[in-house]
Formats: sequence, structure tokens, C-alpha cells
Amino acid sequence: MPGLRTPLYDAHKALGARMIDFGGWDLPVSYPAGTLKEHKAVREAVGLFDVSHMGEAWLRGPGATATVARLTTNDVGGAAPGKAVYTLLCRPDGGIVDDCIFYKRSDTEYFVIVNASNTAKDLAWMREHLGAGCELEDVSAATALVAVQGPRAVALVDRLGRTAAGDGALAALPGFGFADATVAGVACLAARTGYTGEDGFELACAADAAPRLWAALLEAGAGDGVQACGLGARDSLRLEARLPLYGNDLDDTTSPLEAGLGWAVKLDKGDFLGRDALIAQKAQGLRRTLAGFRIDDRATARHGYAVVDRGRPDGEQVIGTVTSGGPGISVPGSIGLAYVPPAAAAAGATLTIDCRGRDVPATVVKGKFYKRA
Amino acid sequence: MSYPTDLRYTNDHEWLRVGATCVVGITQFAVDQLGDITLVDLPAEGHLVTKGQRFGTIESVKSVSDLYAPVSGKIAKVNALLRDQPELVNQDCYGQAWMIEIEPSDQAEVDELLSPDAYAALTAEA
Repeated sequence: MPGLRTPLYDAHKALGARMIDFGGWDLPVSYPAGTLKEHKAVREAVGLFDVSHMGEAWLRGPGATATVARLTTNDVGGAAPGKAVYTLLCRPDGGIVDDCIFYKRSDTEYFVIVNASNTAKDLAWMREHLGAGCELEDVSAATALVAVQGPRAVALVDRLGRTAAGDGALAALPGFGFADATVAGVACLAARTGYTGEDGFELACAADAAPRLWAALLEAGAGDGVQACGLGARDSLRLEARLPLYGNDLDDTTSPLEAGLGWAVKLDKGDFLGRDALIAQKAQGLRRTLAGFRIDDRATARHGYAVVDRGRPDGEQVIGTVTSGGPGISVPGSIGLAYVPPAAAAAGATLTIDCRGRDVPATVVKGKFYKRA
Repeated sequence: MSYPTDLRYTNDHEWLRVGATCVVGITQFAVDQLGDITLVDLPAEGHLVTKGQRFGTIESVKSVSDLYAPVSGKIAKVNALLRDQPELVNQDCYGQAWMIEIEPSDQAEVDELLSPDAYAALTAEA
């Protein structure tokens, strides 16, 4: 069966992208420049990502604020209009349905962008928990999403952008601010958000206008060293910035508290799905925590590798699991994330990871692996 | 894709330059599959290997793969350049990025290696 294609499929082929299947979508894993160069372009100049496979929906109506307040762990309902909020959707048992970003346009109108692989599940979940006076419109198929990321991203988008507030309004948007804009003549919801650890924008536009937007950004950014970037760079960039990936680091069985996302859980904002379970979890103490680690040995720990304690009896030596890992590109060594018992996760502690039959020492690292200057 | 006609090949996407010894590397097909190579781990010189046995590993940003001995024998030479310059594999997989040189112990294994045409047919199916 042929994979799903984004509106930019032909543009990727024209650039010579290497396409792979990603959750049923045909998406570029890399372009001829290769993942390392694409990654560095985002750290040093500007990169473009086609993330049109992600799901999008509107929640509208007089009950919209009450509905999003109940669905989300963060204070989405209390946000100011024009602000985007990262949040989790939790099950009543505290497990994570998805992590996503809500964009509050007003008390009666919210946009939401969810992970591609979870779109059907999330929209069904939201529909199931819609309050009175709130309607959900799935616009995933009609919406394209282009991320423009890197130190030159904001100036590039601003140069092509217009808002009702006039020229320069996009560059003036704060982090997690968003505005209705036209970029290269294409109507967009322009948000100062991203998944790379760099400054930049994510631009949601009509699917049929996406090729025009993409081409204009490539052309206008040529002098900035703009680089189209595939899924390979997207993953290495997000890992260095310690941004979790659903399906790897988060799933229905992990809780936001275990994942180190307690900052996006507002237990005192009023009731929401999962709140009671998370309060209980907090009171009882966590069984495991998502620890960052660095390996200075010549090895890379990858998804699924076991964290072991060889001092324990046979059969009980596995104490955790690596959920993400890869070589550091803008940081030394190789890096990753692993669920381990909290007692093993102190900063500077040594973890032992079974890398394909070889025990490799890793050092626990707190905070982001890469922080932009 | 076309492959150098003076080399022999394996199902595991390795090439061999067969003479008094066999020089071993990985093919452009393998390089394209792996993407940017970040690490190549090779054994010590003098090491004995058996055909099909893992002799090293190659890692890219996205994945890790084993390298399998294409023939049995003694590892006479190892390309030390690759330890610090794994990117050579992306740049010149049939030249500077050769990996090991094996003194084969069983000529029959060498004779069984794939011809360029047979290997091209194999990769065309993939």
C-alpha cells in the first residue's frame, strides 16, 4: 500500500530526499546534504521541516474553555489569547494520551496540533470528553505545517510575513506567541514554537498553499543558508534539546511526572482528566523517572536497550530502559533518555547500559543537553 | 545503481577487492541506507574471523549495524583512519573507507562471492 503523502511530497522528491515510511506516511528522512549537515544548519543558520503529517483541530464554542481545561494538564484555559501552551492529555489513570500544543485565540476558540501517529486516537479522545457548548473540527487533512527553525529563522519569516499589526509584528512575537499572518502571501497561523531547541516559527497553512510557502522560504532563505531537513535531523535536534517524543519517551503507560514534565501539570488549576491519579502518584513517590545520560565511550545507546545493575542477582539486573538515544551532534559524546528508578538518577551518577552485549558506563545529566546561546 | 566491476560482493552489502588478500568495505547501497556514518568500530589486526561472524559495527545517526566477515581468515590490516574519520565512509566507500584486509583461509568462500551483476540484481529487488 502506498504511504500517505503530504502536500510537499513532490517538493521533497525534487530536492532528492530519501523518503521513508513513518507511521504510514512517506516522509523525507534526509536530503542529499545528510542528517549531520541538516542538523548543523538548524543550529547555525535556518532549517525547514515539513511536519504536515501532524494532526490539527479547532475546538470552538461557549464551552471551549471548560472543555480544554478538563482535557489538559497545563493551564490552557487560563492562557492569554494569542498564547500557545504545551500540555499533556492524560487518561484518568495518569497515563499520557499525547503531548501537544494548544493555541488559544479566545475563550471560545482553540487550535490544537497533535502527534501524527496519535491523531485518530486524540481526536476520538477529545470528542469523547467534549463538554456542553463545544464543537471539534478536524482539519488535519486540509492543513499543512512547515517549521522554520534556527538562529536566522525569525528574520526570514518576518521578512516574508505580514500581520494585521503591520510589518515586523512576527519578529516581535514572544516565545509561544502566535498570530494570524500571511507569509509569502500564504495565510498562516504563525507560532513562535518548535521542536529543535532553536528559535523559530511553525507555520500552519492550507494544504494546497504549502508548496508555494515552502518554495518561497527556500528561495528567500538561500542567502541565509536555508536547508531542508528530514526526520533524522528532527530527531537528533529534539533529543539534544531534551524534548520528548511520543511513542519513544512517552506513551499510555508513562505519566507526565515520571517523564519530567511536572512543569506542564498544574495540579492546582482545578479538576482535569488524570488529576487524582497524578496527585496520588506525587504523594506516593515515583517508581521511575526519565533520566538524561551522556556516554563518553565509543558507543551509542538506542531505544530499547536495557539499563542494568550487575550487583543484583541474576534475573533482577535490568533496572531500566533507554527510550531515546543517539550520537550528540552539537554536544560531545552520545546522549539519551532512560526510565530508571529515581534513586539511580542523581546528577552525575553512573548508569550501566547494555549496548548490544557490552556494558557501557553513562553519566546522568540534568537539564537540556544543548542550550542555545 | 551501478557497482565497480573490479570488485566482488556479499548479500550483506560488503565489497571485496580480491587479490593475494581480500580488502573489505561496504557498498554505496549500504551507505545510502545508513545515512551519515558517525562511528566505525573495527577489530585488532591479527584477529581470526569466520565467515558470517560479526567483526565490527557501524553506526549512523539513526541506526547501528553489524559488519560480518565475508570470508574466513586472518585480519591482516585494519583501516585506522576510520576511527577518527567515520565520515570517509560517506565520502569514498570504495576507496579511502576500506575497512579491513583479510588473508582468506578458504578459497572456496572467495569463489562464491557475488559478481557485480549478481549484486546489482540483488539491490534492484530491494
